[in-house]
Amino acid sequence: MPMRSIWRTLDRGLARDIGLVCLADGVVGVSYGAISVGGGLPLWVPIVLSIVVFAGASQFLFVGIVAAGGSPIAAMVAGLLVNTRHIAFGLAVSDVIGGGWRRWPGSHLMTDENVAFAMGQDELKQRRAAYWAGGIGIFVCWNIGVVIGGLAGSVITDTDVFGLDAAFPAVLLALVLPALRDRSTRTAAFVGVVIALIATPFLPSGLPVLLALAGLLFYRAGKPALEDAHHE
Amino acid sequence: MNNTPLLLVAIGVLAVGTFSMRFAGPALRSRFEVPERAQQLLAAAAIVLLTALVATSALTDGHGPAGVARPAGVLVGGILAWRKAPFVLVVVAAAATAAALRLLGVP
Repeated sequence: MPMRSIWRTLDRGLARDIGLVCLADGVVGVSYGAISVGGGLPLWVPIVLSIVVFAGASQFLFVGIVAAGGSPIAAMVAGLLVNTRHIAFGLAVSDVIGGGWRRWPGSHLMTDENVAFAMGQDELKQRRAAYWAGGIGIFVCWNIGVVIGGLAGSVITDTDVFGLDAAFPAVLLALVLPALRDRSTRTAAFVGVVIALIATPFLPSGLPVLLALAGLLFYRAGKPALEDAHHE
Repeated sequence: MNNTPLLLVAIGVLAVGTFSMRFAGPALRSRFEVPERAQQLLAAAAIVLLTALVATSALTDGHGPAGVARPAGVLVGGILAWRKAPFVLVVVAAAATAAALRLLGVP
């Protein structure tokens, strides 16, 4: 999808919402850069990770383990585990990403946020615009934030003070709520949540969320999800 | 601690592995025609994962509970979203609630 077409398709409200999430991601990027360098890692580590891995949770985990003196191999395995959910995301949004060469940059730009933005739109054209605008915006803001944080050091190391740790679950929740109006999806998601929460104390990060997929045993595909929602 | 070659290998494998997982879906689905019902199931899978991510990131921190301020913030954001409040308000209210509670000394 060409850039101009993305902007023409996005309505102003959605563009503003995406912009807000990009900005928040940038601030978290600042904290990630600062934490990494503050933890004793050379500046290139958080920056290279952000460009070539580009998956926030796995990056925090990676630098956390290495900065604490853990093995880079252990950090790598932990990071890979956390990122396994992208397999399911990719299966769900492949038509949104588009075919041909777009699959390459489009796959790399896949994050929780832009997947959720895409799932929240009704038509394919809008899904596509939301996915790409979100992906590109987050990539740019996140990487700029990481460089600033890495260079500035201890400016912002704790974004919890601003409540950003509550903002991100709220962002995803707001975006998935419309889909949860479908009863079958809601049941599957609820079972998944229970499984993930029970598993969290015992399993390494990433696995509990993946186990939530077992909730799909309670999913019954049938009528188009939107129609179902209107009947309730 | 800073064994640079090992660090580079670890970052490289994490990058290639992560990209492969992201690319697997689009690569697979371009080869097969996916029936409508399977497409619905895949969409539901993404929603189930995102919902589980909401729950674990809102309620847990590492292997333990996340305290009070964060879940309270997410709850306020969630109620506003449920009442169809503007997205910006949902996000700002969630962050502000958690930040205010922490300012008051709530963990």
